[in-house]
Amino acid sequence: MIQGTLSFRLLHCLALLCAVPAVSAAPAFAAQPVVSPVASVADTRSPNVADESLPPAVAADGSTTTPAAGAAAPAYTPLGPEWIKGQPTPGAVTFQRQYSPDGHFALWMHDAILLPLIVAICLLVLGLLLWVIARFNRRANAVPSRTSHNTLIEVIWTTVPVLILVAIAVPSITLMARQYRSAPEDALTIKVTGYQWYWGYAYPDNGGFEVISNMLDEDEAVSRGFPAQLEVNNRMVVPVGEPIRLQISGADVIHSFAIPSLWFKMDAVPGRLNERVLTIEEPGIYYGQCSELCGARHAYMPIAIEALPRAQFDAWVLTQGGTLGGEGAAPALPPEQEPESAVEGAPGAGAAPTEQTAPGTPAPTA
Amino acid sequence: MATTADAFQAHHDHEHHHDADHKPAFFQRWFMSTNHKDIGTLYLIFAICAGIIGGAVSGIMRMELAEPGIQYLGWWVEFLGSGPADFDKNGHMWNVLITAHGLIMVFFMVMPAMIGGFGNWFVPLMIGAPDMAFPRMNNISFWLTVAGFCSLMFSAFVPGGTGLGAGTGWTVYAPLSTTGSVGPAVDFAIFSLHLAGAGSIMGAINFITTIFNMRAPGMTLHKMPLFVWSVLVTAFLLLLALPVLAAAITMLLTDRNFGTTFFDQAGGGDPVLFQHLFWFFGHPEVYIMILPGFGMISQIVATFSRKPVFGYLGMAYAMVAIGVVGFIVWAHHMYATGLSLDLKMYFTAATMLIAVPTGVKIFSWIATMWGGSLEFRSPMVWALGFIFLFTVGGVTGVVLANGGVDDNLHDTYYVIAHFHYVLSMGAVFSLFAGFYYWFPKMSGRWHSELLAHIHFWGFFVGVNVIFFPMHFLGMNGMPRRYPDYTPAFSYWNEVATTGYWIMAASMGVFFANIAWALVAGRRAEANYWGEGATTLEWTLSSPPPFHQYETLPVIEAHHDYHDHIGPAGAAPAH
Repeated sequence: MIQGTLSFRLLHCLALLCAVPAVSAAPAFAAQPVVSPVASVADTRSPNVADESLPPAVAADGSTTTPAAGAAAPAYTPLGPEWIKGQPTPGAVTFQRQYSPDGHFALWMHDAILLPLIVAICLLVLGLLLWVIARFNRRANAVPSRTSHNTLIEVIWTTVPVLILVAIAVPSITLMARQYRSAPEDALTIKVTGYQWYWGYAYPDNGGFEVISNMLDEDEAVSRGFPAQLEVNNRMVVPVGEPIRLQISGADVIHSFAIPSLWFKMDAVPGRLNERVLTIEEPGIYYGQCSELCGARHAYMPIAIEALPRAQFDAWVLTQGGTLGGEGAAPALPPEQEPESAVEGAPGAGAAPTEQTAPGTPAPTA
Repeated sequence: MATTADAFQAHHDHEHHHDADHKPAFFQRWFMSTNHKDIGTLYLIFAICAGIIGGAVSGIMRMELAEPGIQYLGWWVEFLGSGPADFDKNGHMWNVLITAHGLIMVFFMVMPAMIGGFGNWFVPLMIGAPDMAFPRMNNISFWLTVAGFCSLMFSAFVPGGTGLGAGTGWTVYAPLSTTGSVGPAVDFAIFSLHLAGAGSIMGAINFITTIFNMRAPGMTLHKMPLFVWSVLVTAFLLLLALPVLAAAITMLLTDRNFGTTFFDQAGGGDPVLFQHLFWFFGHPEVYIMILPGFGMISQIVATFSRKPVFGYLGMAYAMVAIGVVGFIVWAHHMYATGLSLDLKMYFTAATMLIAVPTGVKIFSWIATMWGGSLEFRSPMVWALGFIFLFTVGGVTGVVLANGGVDDNLHDTYYVIAHFHYVLSMGAVFSLFAGFYYWFPKMSGRWHSELLAHIHFWGFFVGVNVIFFPMHFLGMNGMPRRYPDYTPAFSYWNEVATTGYWIMAASMGVFFANIAWALVAGRRAEANYWGEGATTLEWTLSSPPPFHQYETLPVIEAHHDYHDHIGPAGAAPAH
């Protein structure tokens, strides 16, 4: 079955390579998958609890907490294994399905441009090798030619690769520019910290609580229907369908925050705050693993992101003892205040310096 | 036909019993050696020993990875004297294994074999020099490498944090290698790199001096065989890159032991600075490992096509271009560290540029064969395998070069697949090609061509079964440097481990072949590959006299610049 899938993919890719115009149509092609999920996300944000795109756990949960859940904010229940979206597939030969706009673009770039191109180059080299083996072996061609120069062909095989690389560079640079777009000012900020050997997710916009996320014991994870070594005790819960500002840092050594199904990887470097925007298109669970060698338990600090509609996210924030800011508004800042020491006579200011306490102080003129 | 080889050989046979072949006593010959061929032999023996250890380490790793869970690490923890195994010691043991595998294969297998072994043996022979420029420095280069290896081995038996040994990965990233690894193991590993690096720098000085000053009369730079060109470029890369590594790991050492904070953010340093310094060395390093292979493949392809190398100047300057561009692409190893957008775009563009001179080389090898009269002797099949597999490894490099795409591939098994295709299939295939090409020349005895072909096919199938599935694992999201994984990754890991046993069996054939050749191999004549082999080493007996070229060969003007000695009867003047 895997063989079949692979050969199908190769054929598919070669066909795509032949369709050179597809390359020029890149932006339109890439934009498409970005738009539709956002529309579905808008649905999930509606207050209609019966919406089929809502996690059923959330709807069921209403009865266990308060019957008046329809009016109040919905309570929070962690998503069950049926909501796992981003995880490795057994025996897979390609990337995980993508659930972020940049992920779609990057996957398109790999599948439609890079993979067909590299397969074609390998087949070209293999074909040429087989041809010279068949045609120019000692039996078929006893007297070798003495040709050792051909300026034209040398110029061709230097310039054609340059042109191909320039063609690759265009979508490649577009992709990087998209990945580096900064988040809108009102985007939710989450601070991700890598520790030896677990992750911490702090929510400065929601009161600044930090969720500590450890790998769930393998047997327990499996017994609850989750994949071993990927499930955690406390997931990083995020709102779905809106840009999230991730600020990533390391507490002790370098770790790397990586989620393959969101095409996301950023090192958690001590002393640095690496910022990147992440938009998840569908509610669900997305797994990742630490991707920078960080010591003995490097393999045992997985990442699990749980993307929920905004209302459920808010409910989760409340269960964590967090606070909810105004919808889209930045939390009100306390009024600007001068340091106490600058206000003469304030309780914290202390006595004004005198010649005795600070030699060299000019005597008060008044 | 009366080739130059015959004419020159006659000359040497005549003086065979004079002091040209007077060898010192055993200890003096092998432990105080100043003879480039003996030192080359020592380097090759050393590289084979280190390769056996490094290869065995990868066997432990593949066994462990055959299925999810920890199966074998605990046994090794106890075997190596770290006390009763536990979860953290097992994890640390794994990190020690990956570190050892990387450092051994890079610094103590590929580099000594390519540059120390074949470089020492054949650069003087190919340029018509009696020996290297600094024979005693040549000797200390070798013994420093051995000392470095001992230091690395020693590090496995002293504390390094959560267990014995240095578990930092071959990249020794701070702060895992500073505050993250308590105990002397990492200091020994750093010292090991210092020693090996010092040896390599001296070797590089020796090669540059030899090639610039000791070419035979008439051997202009543009008449040098491409293998000599490749070693020259490599020597410059070593000379410029290794001091940067030495500086970086010295700063690491002072951060660890003397309270400096070069890489500690708490004292105003930056962990990413170490990565910049490391990869400023590390990227040229990968070309250091492959360029001499390029040179060997050029010699071999020309020999067995019975044709001069196609586009000699393009081939030589493609290597120079690869060497130059290799110094300005280092941060493509650091796309995930939080580089700025402009920097990432620059490194993406510069990295992809490397594909151009590399493509020139691939196409020129094929053009060399085009119209040739190919003979599929063992070095040639290894060279053909090299060209195809290096291409496969090269194109995945183009994928990884794209900073945006690399976000999902960085530090996954895709990267492992990529660099093993260019190194364990690129560099190692060229090493075996060179080995079978020159083994009768070095030993004076024939290996079995049949066993060499069996070795090739076993190795070819084995390494592809090991490493091709790793592309799938990487795309599916399996991170590097994991001893254990979620069951979704088990299928291709099991396949890869099967490949390891195929590869290991083929290595058994290789060792049997060498042992058989040394004991009972047929004697090899001077130019055993026939008229396609035209460089100067084929004018000497097999093995060459202890001191060759007591009368320097003269390269006539009609020896044109594609590696070819010219028409029959053009004997060098004595």
